[in-house]
Amino acid sequence: MPDEPLVLGIETSCDETGVGIVRGHTLLADALASSVDQHARFGGVVPEVASRAHLEALVPTMQRALDEAGITLADVDAIAVTSGPGLAGALLVGVAAAKGYALAAEKPIYGVNHLAAHVAVDTLEHGPLPEPAVAMLVSGGHSSLLLVDDLTAGVTPLGATIDDAAGEAFDKVARLLGLGFPGGPIIDRSARDGDPASIAFPRGLTAAKDLAAHRFDFSFSGLKTAVARWVESRERAGEPVPVADVSASFQEAVCDVLTAKAIDACRTSGVKTLVIGGGVAANSRLRVLAEERAAKHGIAVRVPRPQLCTDNGAMVAALGSHLVAAGVAPSRLDLPADSAMGLTAVSVPG
Amino acid sequence: MLVLALDTATPASTAALVEVTADGLFGVAERRTVDPRAHGEKLAPEIAAVLGDAGARPRDLAAIVAGVGPGPFTGLRVGLATAASMGQALGIPTYGVCSLDALGRAAGPGRVLIATDARRREVYFATYTDGERVFGPEVARPADVAALITTAGGHAPSAALTGLVEKAAGEGALKYGDVFGVPVEEHLLHPPGAALVAIAAARIREAAPSEPLTPLYLRRPDAVEPAARKPVLT
Ligand SMILES: [Zn+2]
Repeated sequence: MPDEPLVLGIETSCDETGVGIVRGHTLLADALASSVDQHARFGGVVPEVASRAHLEALVPTMQRALDEAGITLADVDAIAVTSGPGLAGALLVGVAAAKGYALAAEKPIYGVNHLAAHVAVDTLEHGPLPEPAVAMLVSGGHSSLLLVDDLTAGVTPLGATIDDAAGEAFDKVARLLGLGFPGGPIIDRSARDGDPASIAFPRGLTAAKDLAAHRFDFSFSGLKTAVARWVESRERAGEPVPVADVSASFQEAVCDVLTAKAIDACRTSGVKTLVIGGGVAANSRLRVLAEERAAKHGIAVRVPRPQLCTDNGAMVAALGSHLVAAGVAPSRLDLPADSAMGLTAVSVPG
Repeated sequence: MLVLALDTATPASTAALVEVTADGLFGVAERRTVDPRAHGEKLAPEIAAVLGDAGARPRDLAAIVAGVGPGPFTGLRVGLATAASMGQALGIPTYGVCSLDALGRAAGPGRVLIATDARRREVYFATYTDGERVFGPEVARPADVAALITTAGGHAPSAALTGLVEKAAGEGALKYGDVFGVPVEEHLLHPPGAALVAIAAARIREAAPSEPLTPLYLRRPDAVEPAARKPVLT
């Protein structure tokens, strides 16, 4: 449909510089530059390194996206940009650039919530999202359960991690096993040759006393410590560490808690659709376990393809397109980068 | 030719419009907010405001000049990201100018120390003779800068520097005026837009190729490689 909004989205909240272009629910371009290799030797994302990389990558990434979509900035209906949450300095590069593009091309600008964008991106692959839905967002930066009543108006947080993010736990365990960074794909691969039932690692916040106050919250810090203790006692005993079994058992503990709580959230809210996003959504065991458990309760699981699960510009453009189509007022040119942005509004009010 | 100048290398966010003719420069409009944490929020509305003041549209711009620092990183990047994106969107050239040079030029004749606040009790600094940079830019503690500008010989890296500075300007000079021991031009604390454009005027007039706006960070990122894993068993 020619009257569907053509929206460009800019993402710089962590270590990926993304520029995406969508028309309605159709993805036209998704250009990405990553500084992940520059962070590897530090075992985690270094904010200043990420910010420097964003500044260098933005203009060329924008050019690739425009070329890929075969459009110019003059053609777009709006520019959307991640306003938060994320790394403050990294967000600011994207927000400043988005303002420059919006100002120069005289286009409206939408400062949008990164978590809501992770949910919106699924519409590019699976079409309009049945509402209400439950979304589980799991990555190196977030672990959240959200109730999505209306993607353009507001999203209700149901729970989140009280310490480490799920992806962070993968990074830390990969590091202590000497496997490298980022940990998610490496642990996933290593776990394939291991027995997930070989070691009983703890499931955080699943005991009856924890469920009262933290039914939909997560905790991965205790799990990470438990893995470290287990590995260390083997080393002290002079025994070899069964890396594949540790990987598989750790991964099972994470996926067990995530999927159990996500399905519980769907059932409690009477919701029949579960959307999973974020880098950890690419984990093979998480997808299988989620689908297995959801099927028992007639819940449909929607997981976008891996490139759309990790941070990218397309997700921001997808949310922007929803906002434009719904007639939501754009943000103003003084919109802030808000590293702790909440979900009460999906975009920065104009 | 209407030229936009931006600088966010100091606590000031500055947006200015300057008309560049074959033989002169005319300041058209300038907006400035001094708030070290607000570059990201203030700069874009200031650009819109100076365009409004001039009755101009973005498409009327012929070039963009940006102060490339040195300056505190987060704020500095706001100006450079904004300048680069506008230049790309408008298909016009962008030119980078050392932000200290704009202050050095604006300070006029004589031998001048320009110092801006680098935080962590250090300053970004450079010295100028009649507006031309002779030393810097560097980042150093104020006492070390004072030693450089007052002590002949010794560890001074340049003869042009020693004992020859008559006055100082820039907010770092104001903050550490007692240490430097030279008169401070208190009206000249942040890079003026017109001075940025004046320094780039030759490039603008000859329509020199657009330049990537590379920040003068002068410091490496604070990042330490993780040490060996700490034992969790006691
Ligand atoms: Zn994310």
